[in-house]
Amino acid sequence: MDVMFVLIGFSLLVALVFLGAFLWAVRSGQYEDQYTPSVRMLFEEKRPAESIESTKEDAIQTEYRSKE
Amino acid sequence: MNPTESSATRATAAVQGTLLCHHCGDVCDSADIAIGGLAFCCNGCKTVYELLSAKNLCTYYSVDQAMPGLTPKDHLYTRRYEFLDDESVAAQLLDFSDGDMAVATFNVPAMHCSSCIWLLERMNSLHPGVLKSQVHFPRKEVTITWRRSAITLREVVVLMTSIGYEPLISLQSAVEKRRHSTNRQLYYRIGIAGFAFGNVMLLSFPEYLAPIGTLPAHFRAFFGIVNLALSIPVFFYSCWEFFRPAWIGLKQRHLPIDVPISLGIVMLFGRSVYEILSQTGPGFLDSFCGLIFFMLIGRIFQKKSYDALSFERDFRSYFPLWVTLKDQDREQSIPLTKLKVGDRIVVRNLELIPADAVLLRGEANVDYSFVTGESTLVPKRSGDMIYAGGRQSGQAIELEVLKDISQSYLTRLWNNDVFTKDADVRLPLLINNISKYFTAVVIAIAFIAGAFWLGVGAGAATMVFTAVLIVACPCALALSSPFAFGSAQRIFGNNQLYVKNTETIEALSRIDTVVFDKTGTLTRASLPSVEYHGTPLTPDERMKIKSLARQSAHALSRQLFSTLEGPAGLPVTGYDEAAGKGIAALVDGAMVRIGSRSWTGAPADAVLPPQEHSAVYVAIDGSVRGVFSVANNYRKGLDTLAATLRERYTCVVLSGDDDREEATLRGFFGPETELRFSQTPEDKMRRIMELRAEGRHVLMVGDGLNDAGALKAAQVGVSVSEDINTFSPACDAILSADRFHAFPRFLRYAASSMTIVHTSFAISFAYNIVGLTFAVMGLLSPLVSAILMPVSSVSVVAFTTVATRLMAKREGLH
Repeated sequence: MDVMFVLIGFSLLVALVFLGAFLWAVRSGQYEDQYTPSVRMLFEEKRPAESIESTKEDAIQTEYRSKE
Repeated sequence: MNPTESSATRATAAVQGTLLCHHCGDVCDSADIAIGGLAFCCNGCKTVYELLSAKNLCTYYSVDQAMPGLTPKDHLYTRRYEFLDDESVAAQLLDFSDGDMAVATFNVPAMHCSSCIWLLERMNSLHPGVLKSQVHFPRKEVTITWRRSAITLREVVVLMTSIGYEPLISLQSAVEKRRHSTNRQLYYRIGIAGFAFGNVMLLSFPEYLAPIGTLPAHFRAFFGIVNLALSIPVFFYSCWEFFRPAWIGLKQRHLPIDVPISLGIVMLFGRSVYEILSQTGPGFLDSFCGLIFFMLIGRIFQKKSYDALSFERDFRSYFPLWVTLKDQDREQSIPLTKLKVGDRIVVRNLELIPADAVLLRGEANVDYSFVTGESTLVPKRSGDMIYAGGRQSGQAIELEVLKDISQSYLTRLWNNDVFTKDADVRLPLLINNISKYFTAVVIAIAFIAGAFWLGVGAGAATMVFTAVLIVACPCALALSSPFAFGSAQRIFGNNQLYVKNTETIEALSRIDTVVFDKTGTLTRASLPSVEYHGTPLTPDERMKIKSLARQSAHALSRQLFSTLEGPAGLPVTGYDEAAGKGIAALVDGAMVRIGSRSWTGAPADAVLPPQEHSAVYVAIDGSVRGVFSVANNYRKGLDTLAATLRERYTCVVLSGDDDREEATLRGFFGPETELRFSQTPEDKMRRIMELRAEGRHVLMVGDGLNDAGALKAAQVGVSVSEDINTFSPACDAILSADRFHAFPRFLRYAASSMTIVHTSFAISFAYNIVGLTFAVMGLLSPLVSAILMPVSSVSVVAFTTVATRLMAKREGLH
């Protein structure tokens, strides 16, 4: 029966991973706008080829948003 | 054009087989403006289409509904944005800048469908300097990143304006910068409480299921410690949501509902910690975590907000950021805040007059629709005084500032105490009223029961004392109003009454006096009726007038065009439009002029329309034919609305106009209603305060900035708006004008949601009595608490949610 201690430890770990995922999702702003992404994902064609700058600028924007 | 209106236009047009503009979906008067078989209603729409098709962006027209476009402003005056070139302005507007890279967030009120999202997120295809644009649709914002070496801030704004999405740049947006999401922390709290709740409940099961004493001691100790570890963050982080307001309340000598909640929470947690550490029992941590989880969900449900709407706007939202100062013969842009008395300023076509001023040069035609909701142009001559808040229409004028911005006729309203005082002018909330007595009674019961059990022993007495406080934790009570009013708020939102917060609904349910503004509230600013006085027109003349009116975007021309019967296809040459005066052109060989009296050359003693009408004179080949008088219309359903409201409420009408429409209003509101005319903004506010001093609960329904004081002074201020996204002064609720007739139903529904709250209070009291019985008798085991607490919370939530929906159905709301 003492294996329960290990099992409970594992189940808590798994639960902690999900809690972490949730906190990350809130932090990265996924709960800020619950509408636009649902529309955006349905747009058909690909976005115009993204340059190297745009990845850099994505990073800047993400950084800015997480500071909010 | 708002989406519902446009779909209605489309439906009618489809029936009649009319041509619709490929870009914006407005009815095309003819097939004159067209490209490759696609018709457009005006050149503006055609230009946008050309721009988009040149950049291969025509998917715009197939993303969401057909014809999603917005007609760009005809008078795109790019110098209007010159102030954006100033470094200090840019610094205020930019979110972020790093050398060449700049990020700014713009508010775009015109955004309305997925096509808008599609196009705005493809601004990089329109200009290579734009790197990325991302839309936040609920807030109607777009965050744009661009390279400063390739495109300036001003060019970005002009680019957006040229495709019809003009960003709103105002003093207030610069001052307040960005709203931060306060909900984020609440989400963290819920996540942690939910996580702990699930796990603690799982680990508490063995205790309940195993027959007493069969659970090995080391298991019990282990479960207890793990539960405790899981609950500590809940107590110290998640519960802060209740501790903080409770603490603030106590400091201000109030007893908000958070106080008894916090008391219960502390008792629950403290006793659990004691039981676990002393190994005398399993504690109540499962109830504790579940309780916090449910109550936090209640909080988030209550915090529903309409991101795109602002309930806090004052005049600063409407005033420009910069003004053009004229110094000798040089013109320069200065920030509005630096404007001084005695400065000479230049105000161009469609610009707002920022302060009370005297007209020095030029002909002013001032449109005060911003202020009063009335769309008549007021002509001014040199030397005339012009009040702030009007919009110049026509040529550029020169003004000398007479008063500071904050001291001007309109804006000094905001200096009143009403605007500095906070929420304490409102009614105390029922829940906080109950909380006072509730706390006292519960503490009394706890002491009495504790004293009674002292006979048995000090230990037993403490157990009973804490058990009473635990079980009496008013969680069900605290959940009933968030869920009832939260559901009501959503139902109101579905029916286009946007309520600022749930407290407003409670305040609405207690209203006994309804005060109306007239212009723009009881009457509508658009769609007036048109009457003609003068020499009867032949069908040919009518066609000429109609053909000419079609050329102009002015509101009066549009009304004339839509009311005149018959075709309008005559050739128009030599078209001339003088803003604020009129239009003229050779129509089929005849010189047609329509507009003001001086424009058409009508004599001063020409036929005068009734006073409440705007006059549009007509002259053909130099001879004045007559005048169209365009009247304001009362809103649809005003008669039934007034009749219904008069039965239950005291009605008052405060009008800024003179009393020429008194008879009409009497007809609607009956003899007992108080009607006051020629009221200044201050008069309106003062009257509301008098009514409140008489102990009345006042609801003010208004629209323009001139009602701002009254809206604020009343317990509930409702702003009626033709287009909810563009205009509304500070208020508690925004009502879409086409739902105005449903207003009595909204009031009735607010009252029924209050009844629902009362009923659910009764339910939660019943649970409390059961729980207290257990507690007083010393029988409150963790199992009883683990069943009773969730059951009471869930049943209260279920009851309020179902009941609010049923009530809504009964009122015909959806």
